[in-house]
Amino acid sequence: MMNVADTLPWWAALPVAFLLILGGVITVTGAAGLLRLKNFYQRIHGPAITVTLGAGCFLIASMIYFTVLQSRLVIHELLISVFVLMTAPVVAMMIMRAAIYRDRRSRDLTKLAGEREEV
Amino acid sequence: MRRWMPSPALSAGLLLMWLLLNQSLEPAHWLMGVFLGIVAPLLARPLQPQGYARIRKPLALFRLLGLSLIEIVRSCLNVGQIILFRRSEGVNSQFIRVPLDLRDPHGLALLSCLINTTPGTVWAEIIPDRHELLLHIFDLQEEQWWIDTIKNNYERPIIEVFESGVPAGRKEGA
Repeated sequence: MMNVADTLPWWAALPVAFLLILGGVITVTGAAGLLRLKNFYQRIHGPAITVTLGAGCFLIASMIYFTVLQSRLVIHELLISVFVLMTAPVVAMMIMRAAIYRDRRSRDLTKLAGEREEV
Repeated sequence: MRRWMPSPALSAGLLLMWLLLNQSLEPAHWLMGVFLGIVAPLLARPLQPQGYARIRKPLALFRLLGLSLIEIVRSCLNVGQIILFRRSEGVNSQFIRVPLDLRDPHGLALLSCLINTTPGTVWAEIIPDRHELLLHIFDLQEEQWWIDTIKNNYERPIIEVFESGVPAGRKEGA
């Protein structure tokens, strides 16, 4: 049985494969950041590259693949990128603010506990 | 006109989104898209206490987005490199403060989106009384460079896009 992907001409298969591999490498790198980096404020930067460049590579690959395969312009992936780029920054900011709030609060609480002990 | 279509750009965006979602240019989809483009902004208007943003210089906006895209790709490679090849202890992660001249809430929203989308920088908060932006930098080399980059490459074009009545240079002098 012939795979659908086999009907893709080589000049389209090449960039698609390249972009998929590149996107995969970037995604793995972003995930590795979560593992390797030591504190929270560093770890928050890891997934950012997955969301932007990693997702971008996959979406461009998808656009090329389906445009060539179906012989018509398939660009609704643009919507995905728009929505990702509109939501991901907000999430990053919320997580960041939550972390800052948590740190300030625990600092205040330890200070408070210290004062109580002195009394 | 303004009353029935408070934001033409938003309406056009909704129409475009509808056509892209349906992947078709048939008259029925155009009709539905135009309907959405007119009705949705009117219904959502009370949710926007500041009103819809008015983009005064679309070209400057596109230029800014294009430059940001280049910056995003560049920062991605930098951050990826640091994650793969450097030890966590050697990375100088710091908070820095950037004094802002930008006051427009839509402009600030755009600025925060661009900064957070760029890997390596995350917006923490605006310190209210001094109007300074608290920014977390993944690998800080030179604080002044970051402040200059944010102010020249991001803030000034955004002021130009949203507040074009006042030239960016005059505010600094005043």
